[in-house]
Amino acid sequence: MNRGAAITVSGCGKTFADGTRALAPLDLDVTAGETLVLLGPSGCGKTTLLRLIAGLEAPDAGGQIRFDGADVTALPIEKRNVGMVFQSYALFPNMSVIDNVAYGLRVRGMAKAARRAQAAGVLEMMRIGALAERRIDQLSGGQRQRVALARALAVEPRVILLDEPLTALDAALREHLRGEIDALLKRLAITAIYVTHDQAEALALGDRIVVMRNGAIAQVGTPRDVYFRPADDFVADFVGITNRLAGTVTNGRFETAAGFIPLPPDLASPAAAPAGQGAVRLLFRPEAARLIPPPEAGLVFEVMQVEFQGARQKVTLKDPAGARILVEAPADGVLAPGAAVGLILDPARISLA
Amino acid sequence: MTASMKPHRLTFAFQLTVTLLACAFLMVPAGASILAGFTANYFRGVSSGLTLKWIGEVLALYSDTIALSIAIALGTLGVTLLIGVPAAWALARRPSRLTRLVEEVVTLPVAIPGLALALALILAYGGIREFRMSPLFILTGHVLYTLPFMLRAVMAVLAAVDVRTLEEGAASLGASPLQRFFQVVVPNARGGILAGALMVVTLSIGEFNLTWMLHTPLTKTLPVGLADSYASMRLEIASAYTLVFFVMIVPLLVALQLFGRTVQGAAK
Repeated sequence: MNRGAAITVSGCGKTFADGTRALAPLDLDVTAGETLVLLGPSGCGKTTLLRLIAGLEAPDAGGQIRFDGADVTALPIEKRNVGMVFQSYALFPNMSVIDNVAYGLRVRGMAKAARRAQAAGVLEMMRIGALAERRIDQLSGGQRQRVALARALAVEPRVILLDEPLTALDAALREHLRGEIDALLKRLAITAIYVTHDQAEALALGDRIVVMRNGAIAQVGTPRDVYFRPADDFVADFVGITNRLAGTVTNGRFETAAGFIPLPPDLASPAAAPAGQGAVRLLFRPEAARLIPPPEAGLVFEVMQVEFQGARQKVTLKDPAGARILVEAPADGVLAPGAAVGLILDPARISLA
Repeated sequence: MTASMKPHRLTFAFQLTVTLLACAFLMVPAGASILAGFTANYFRGVSSGLTLKWIGEVLALYSDTIALSIAIALGTLGVTLLIGVPAAWALARRPSRLTRLVEEVVTLPVAIPGLALALALILAYGGIREFRMSPLFILTGHVLYTLPFMLRAVMAVLAAVDVRTLEEGAASLGASPLQRFFQVVVPNARGGILAGALMVVTLSIGEFNLTWMLHTPLTKTLPVGLADSYASMRLEIASAYTLVFFVMIVPLLVALQLFGRTVQGAAK
């Protein structure tokens, strides 16, 4: 199929007519063919950014959007050759399923027989060929979602934009369709921008994730980056990181009440530490830590509580300053409350904030 | 009165009686009028015999009026469709304080007495003789009066189908604004457009206040003709006239009722 377009967003902000600032001027590069997820809580500007890229909104003066280098800032959506899937699907109730899917080809002037044949092909690809003659109000939520996706793909767009496409569905169906969409986007190698507030969706679908907050970008990175190396407290909270240790960075080491650990080179450089060489916090997930005998470890904690869960155990630890952390450990070692344990952390799964 | 929520038999009988009496009170004049239209001599009563003579005379005397009324109603419908549907679309796609204001201003003629509206039209355009003499003058008044009904009917259905998102969907597929209007907006607003159209035709055919002020001896509509026949003809002719009027307006009212029900049903 056709190749996706590279997208460059530069200096694009958005202030609405009532004075609300939805988006501070920001830059973003989307590589041709990648799936980029815009992730954030409601009101963070992710949908506004998507609508700017789509051409449904115009950026404030000074903003520019380019597709494969060509400036499309002044072009309305109908001239940008993008496909879009709306949260409410926006299917036309006055048309059958196949007429919905063929509509983009109809406005391009394709003859009726040809466009129906092509639309039927897309419906087959989405495995909903049997629904071709149905009316929209005869479809279930999941079927509507598939029709909306088929309709957006039928015009062979350079970019597909998805605005919370699974939000209206129940959890089981959401997970199932997420897998289908993932496989489809990878197969088509089309540039995709996917807006969601669900971090599980973002981690599963994204080649890269853009975490947004208050109309600005908080972090851009791979799902692994965002999950294990959140750029700041906000991202850490949003992706559910629970453990935070206060301390300082000195000579490439993180020093805290429980001891010290050497930092990997990318975190030890002054540029990486958010507050320079001063007070920082070490962030990590319960599964990024391993428990070892105290003499071998730089970090030593006291066991507070052990929750046995069969294959694993959840261990609550306390450092000499009283800060608590949670560690998930294999259930083979027996740990008694009050005992001292050493902790080592996977250097690829820690971050500083 | 705390005894029971169930309809008591006696209460029910009472309510039924009152309802039937009220209906009779309203229906008897209509029935009497219809009967008068068929009666050979009203003052001698039905015993004088039944006849279709008066109906024939009404059709002979007032066929021009009937034709003009229908022409004006259809003309009004055409103009309100042409103005109302695109205007409703424009108002629905960008809801703002300005569009609210426009909506209110357009709705004003409903609240102002028809006589005042007519007077304003005469003051403003009465000097243009050709216009004042032509049926277009009445048509203008009817358009002013009926436009808000079309506008509101179409706007309500556009809001119900979320036309903004549908249009964005069509635009994302490459449809130009004109294509969006004719292929997505109008087909999905069909229910509201039909309901508005029935309303406009019914109102235009029945309108008296405004039309009475605007008409000339050569430009009379059905209700004005009715007033004319009451004033200057035998009572039998005026009654027969009422009958003709009923025959024209009742099917429209029934259609309006039936249609309103199906539109409401579809919206649910």
